[in-house]
Amino acid sequence: MPKREDIKSVLVIGSGPIVIGQACEFDYSGTQACRVLREEGIRVILVNSNPATIMTDPEFADATYVEPITPEIVEAIIARERPDAVLATLGGQTALNCAISLHESGVLEKYDCPLIGANVEAIQLGEDREKFKGVVERCGAESAQSVICHTMDECLSAATELGYPVVVRPSFTMGGLGSGFAYDERDLRRIAGAGLQYSPTTEVLLEESITGWKEYELEVMRDHVDNVVVVCSIENLDPMGVHTGDSITVAPALTLTDREYQRLRDIGIAIIREVGVDTGGCNIQFAVNPVDGRIIVIEMNPRVSRSSALASKATGFPIAKIAAKMAIGYTLDEVPNDITRETPASFEPSLDYVVVKVPRFAFEKFPAADPTLTTTMKSVGEAMSIGRNFTEALQKALRSMERKDSTFHWDGPTPSEEQARTFLHTAKTPTDGRIVTVQQAMRGGLSVEEVHEATGIDPWFLDQMALINAIADRVAGAPELTPTLLRLAKRHGFSDAQLASLRGMPEAVVRGVRHALGVRPVYKTVDTCAAEFAATTPYHYSTYDEETEVAPREKPAVLILGSGPNRIGQGVEFDYSCVHASFALREAGYDTVMVNCNPETVSTDYDTSSRLYFEPLTLEDVLEVVHAEQQAGPVAGVIVQLGGQTPLGLAKALKEAGVPIVGTSPEAIDLAEDRGAFGRVLAEAQLPAPKHGTAYSAAEAVEVAREIGYPVLVRPSYVLGGRGMEIVYDDETLATYVTRATVASPEHPVLVDRFLDDAIEIDVDALYDGTDMYLGGIMEHIEEAGIHSGDSACTLPPVTLGVAELERVREATLKLAEGIGVRGLMNVQFALAQDILYVLEANPRASRTVPFVAKATGVPVAKAAARVMLGATIKELREEGLLPPIGDGGTMPSHAPVAVKEAVLPFKRFRTRDGQVVDSLLGPEMRSTGEVMGIDQDFGTAFAKGMLAAGSGLPREGRIFVSVANRDKRAMIFPVKRLADLGFTIVATTGTADVLRRNGIPSEVVRKHSERTAGDASIVDLILAGDIAMVVNTPSGPNARADGYAIRAATTSMDKPIVTTVQELAAAVQGIEAQMQGAFTVKPLQEHARDLDLYGVGTGVGTGVGTGVGTGVGTGSGAGTAVPGPATGGAA
Amino acid sequence: MSTAAGFDLDRAPAVLVLEDGRTFRGDTYGATGQTVGEAVFNTGMTGYQETLTDPSYHRQVVVMTAPHVGNTGFNDEDNESGRIWVAGYVVRDPALRPSNWRSQRPLEDALVEQGVVGISGIDTRALTRHLRERGAMRVGIFSGERAQLPVTELVNAVQRAPLMKGAALAAEVSTDETYVVPAVGERRFTVAAFDLGIKAMTPTLMAQQGIEVHVLPATSTIEDIRAVGEHGPDGVFFSNGPGDPAAADAEVAVLREVLDARIPFFGICFGNQLLGRALGFGTYKLKYGHRGINQPVMDRTTGKVEVTAHNHGFAVDAPLDREVAAPADENDGTAYGRVRVSHVCLNDDVVEGLECLDLPAYSVQYHPEAAAGPHDAGYLFDRFVELMSNNEKGNRS
Repeated sequence: MPKREDIKSVLVIGSGPIVIGQACEFDYSGTQACRVLREEGIRVILVNSNPATIMTDPEFADATYVEPITPEIVEAIIARERPDAVLATLGGQTALNCAISLHESGVLEKYDCPLIGANVEAIQLGEDREKFKGVVERCGAESAQSVICHTMDECLSAATELGYPVVVRPSFTMGGLGSGFAYDERDLRRIAGAGLQYSPTTEVLLEESITGWKEYELEVMRDHVDNVVVVCSIENLDPMGVHTGDSITVAPALTLTDREYQRLRDIGIAIIREVGVDTGGCNIQFAVNPVDGRIIVIEMNPRVSRSSALASKATGFPIAKIAAKMAIGYTLDEVPNDITRETPASFEPSLDYVVVKVPRFAFEKFPAADPTLTTTMKSVGEAMSIGRNFTEALQKALRSMERKDSTFHWDGPTPSEEQARTFLHTAKTPTDGRIVTVQQAMRGGLSVEEVHEATGIDPWFLDQMALINAIADRVAGAPELTPTLLRLAKRHGFSDAQLASLRGMPEAVVRGVRHALGVRPVYKTVDTCAAEFAATTPYHYSTYDEETEVAPREKPAVLILGSGPNRIGQGVEFDYSCVHASFALREAGYDTVMVNCNPETVSTDYDTSSRLYFEPLTLEDVLEVVHAEQQAGPVAGVIVQLGGQTPLGLAKALKEAGVPIVGTSPEAIDLAEDRGAFGRVLAEAQLPAPKHGTAYSAAEAVEVAREIGYPVLVRPSYVLGGRGMEIVYDDETLATYVTRATVASPEHPVLVDRFLDDAIEIDVDALYDGTDMYLGGIMEHIEEAGIHSGDSACTLPPVTLGVAELERVREATLKLAEGIGVRGLMNVQFALAQDILYVLEANPRASRTVPFVAKATGVPVAKAAARVMLGATIKELREEGLLPPIGDGGTMPSHAPVAVKEAVLPFKRFRTRDGQVVDSLLGPEMRSTGEVMGIDQDFGTAFAKGMLAAGSGLPREGRIFVSVANRDKRAMIFPVKRLADLGFTIVATTGTADVLRRNGIPSEVVRKHSERTAGDASIVDLILAGDIAMVVNTPSGPNARADGYAIRAATTSMDKPIVTTVQELAAAVQGIEAQMQGAFTVKPLQEHARDLDLYGVGTGVGTGVGTGVGTGVGTGSGAGTAVPGPATGGAA
Repeated sequence: MSTAAGFDLDRAPAVLVLEDGRTFRGDTYGATGQTVGEAVFNTGMTGYQETLTDPSYHRQVVVMTAPHVGNTGFNDEDNESGRIWVAGYVVRDPALRPSNWRSQRPLEDALVEQGVVGISGIDTRALTRHLRERGAMRVGIFSGERAQLPVTELVNAVQRAPLMKGAALAAEVSTDETYVVPAVGERRFTVAAFDLGIKAMTPTLMAQQGIEVHVLPATSTIEDIRAVGEHGPDGVFFSNGPGDPAAADAEVAVLREVLDARIPFFGICFGNQLLGRALGFGTYKLKYGHRGINQPVMDRTTGKVEVTAHNHGFAVDAPLDREVAAPADENDGTAYGRVRVSHVCLNDDVVEGLECLDLPAYSVQYHPEAAAGPHDAGYLFDRFVELMSNNEKGNRS
């Protein structure tokens, strides 16, 4: 059955900002969906608030709305665009929730635009736990048994029936309060007793425990004529009890017989049919009792998920792409398999390799957080690897983490039995890095049986780890490295670095020996069919086998190194730049070769580059890919400057190994990174930097501070207990800080920097070709300097900077680009204080803000950067139409819209060991996982949109709690007065209330949390009761810390906006005012670009269409006249 | 030979030699010695035990594309016949230890016990690609002292092995004596099942439908068939099995008698090829066959796609685009009437099923009994029951 003819336009709902549990896998799936729909001639309307995504590039949709994904905003988009259908199954839970809400409010019916992909009934059947239990039962399968109890007697008899241990879940408590495991009657009396108390309905649910069972997932797809295929089976190495996103997982399932596997398959298919997912994918999770094979169905997601992205990369079967085709009416057998081209998609991929996914965590950013892995997902990213066996795939995946302690090691003496038992005891609790602890326990001689008993990890996997240990022993004990021995170790995934450590020799020597002996990897192909049919898609992975499948090439190739697993500070933004480079260079006649190991990304979509190598980003792995490609044909060079710190860190070593690096040279990169060398660059360019010094003791710190002048920013040179930078105003506080927060010593000095009070922080992304510079954009931060730029909100164009200031920024940026020797992108952070423009840092690479700049200005800067790196000049790119003919991001015309970037923080995800939310104070450590963009004609509206997209948005009415540090009291008066004038009730603690009263602002006085009495509610109680619409709380030194923390934690857990800086308060007031003027209006990026008309009518159309300016330029009729030359700076 | 940790890191060398001279050097796996056969690859990721014990693999050296084999051990429940039939076994990474609650012994123990010579540690993907490009061919695995012999000698040994084309093997794998698989619950039908290499799951699934299955030796005659049941069988079934259908003249002759007698007929795999031949179609050898459990087959009656288990090196040559009169009607004077291709493989348009429109007979080239593989095609057993009950009604009226 061919595609539906009644669908001419589709609204695709994206997933919004990257948050834990919902990351860039939805950019991958959404990008695929947009591509498919456009290829089918369907008009694509997209809404996604996340500017860092590839999908929000204007070329991927006909109308791209970078707007908050709320029912109101999406309704406005529907009203404006009148799509024929809404596709929400590719945008994660965010999109699904939004779609359900639009359905329930009747909007979809009103505008006659039904959901495609999955109907509401199916979504609800899949998501509602009780209803889903019914589904499972009707499919002849089992759910975990549970009993609802209201008394202790009921609990006791239920527990006897279910068998210990049981899970106790009190009903209607917040955040899982009072839940726990009862292993015996005593536990049960204690936990259920408290649980009955906690529960407002005196009700607890007792559930049989399936912790420790084997966990499996199936990715299932169905089309509208009821063809069903299972795309992939996934087995979790970590048994039940750890969220699958936090588990090490393996594809395909490795420890099931066919009978058992087919039983899962039968249940999975029965469930997708019973739930009624008409078209598209779903993911079904199972627990299997390792003792008797009993199967429990855990849950299903009636949509494309993180697992389906993983399954797509693991099998080469693009689930999202095919789901999109099925949503518009195709059946599975009508869609060709991309990879074989000859065979249809109505089959089940067969793997002749093993895939391992390892999660990446960021607990170091949240030291207060409990690092125990539970059923709440806590990882921020993941790496996937492919090997021809499990050991190879596992070791590759572990080294893809790029952490020293993430890989198996054999350092130090073999652990004693006692040490091994200590390791094993630790490994009982699942945490980040448990697998290495297990390996150490086994290295210390513990048996597979013992370790299985303690951890629940399947003996098969443990045995494989024992094999790795045995090979390590052999390597360590062998008289010399023979080809046979090297091959054995390599076939089981040992890196040169591991071998070097085992042999006590440098890594380079191991590599030299290995190469001399001719032991090198070959590259196999992911082909969906285990080589049954010829593959046309060069999607490769390395292994130590006989035959390589890398085909010869004629065109010069450019290798692009990606950014590895997502982590805080290095996420989808870098993937954006890599993907754009690939697009631009393919278009410019190169073959592009992507190297990356992050399964969530667009860069690891085999459609993105000419070739894809799914490989760890270590020196060894990259060198081997370079070698393989050099054997295949000419290599123009390697790009290391787009994927963030990961590839940048390889630059020097690659160059030393003779690999051509294009763009800014490794020497120049070094120049910017080395404090001393960079100081010389600054001196030569006569650019000031804040004074700084290093102290090894409290006394020395005071001395340094006096010399450079207060206030100072102090921080330990290493992170201790997460206490990062602090702003200090006097000797006494400084001395206390140094003694309290750090142990200043020769090994661990304290860094003291002059803190620029009242400074405006400015971020610049620029492009330099050696002669000309193109300023991508100048961004003004909303938060003060001292907060990590990644966590700070910013605006483009700047709203408070004048022409002269912008010119100074331009001049300084140019000098830096020249001084460093940039060829390509550079990011500079400035601070403007007392009319002096200080340089904080310069990074000659793509920055996190590149995609934001591209979206805000409508210019594909990442693409231009890639071209410059390969030798094109800015002048040429202007002529070609890739860059605007005149002007740049530093000369935005006055009618340009204002774009605000707002960070999204994961505090709510992390709890301390006693169940509290971790502190939400911003600091020098970046902790945001994602970002959103608000774009509109004025700053206030753009900021309000940003806040709405990032969280619950700014309030329109209600009570606002204000508590500010003494130094902020002056600055708060005007904004708080304005809030009162706008009709908000101000709530304050005594001190702040006094100041407000004296300034004529009435406020309700509320007790601090520390002053709470029995009868009176404290501010924390008010917040938790939902009585406070917004909190303004600027941190005020160590004394008030505890109080501030309780307030912030409560606000975070209630999902209310919290303002922690005075600057942000001013912005919030502007935002509140703007949104009180009426509902938000929406406008797609294509229209913004057309109105902006940077490219001028009729120019640059030729290549403009393919370069990210999109159809706005190509088809824009009557798009107004070009604005010549630099306009007056500062839109505000 | 083993290391301290008990891992067999130093298996004795073995060599795999193809008839075109390509060799792969690896490690001994299973029994030590020498074996020759037809090299075929199987892409199933589960079900090695069923594969090993499937009589259709008789005289074939099976290359597993799944890298890890043996993870779930070997049990007494999942066998498809009384023994391992493969002539040789090629895997990349044999499991070190089985892990499954039903496992009774390591796979390798079973291979050694039954004298199955294998090889491990070779680039199975390269071998698979070679077979895909050059077609199925003869192969030998040599271990122990034989592994040391000059390659030319080994190639000669391989080239002396019998070809699969023209091989009549049913008698070698068939049961010697008739046996009965009783119906589960009430007996509704009695079926004479020709064992041409039958898999255990087939009578099991029939029995679940209330069929009493009389499994007959491959050399049975029409009289033997008629002797089944009180008034002769309600249906006749021809099973899967090894060898070239073109060499199975005797079985085809019996099948024609079944068709002439209008006894409801169902055939699987080899049985499908024999139905094709009985109807007058030709059969041919596929370049490298279909062996796996992920093959998309369209049921042309319903337009639905099923994911199916395959194991066939030969196929029926019948027109896909139209129903035709059975060629035998013209050539041999039979009266079988119209035939159509009922199922087709979507990967390569190979005929996967035949349906007689004027006779109660149908067959499929693939494996609705699965084992190993998906259960999507289980409805074909329902069709058999339907065919027999319709026939019953027809006879009564």
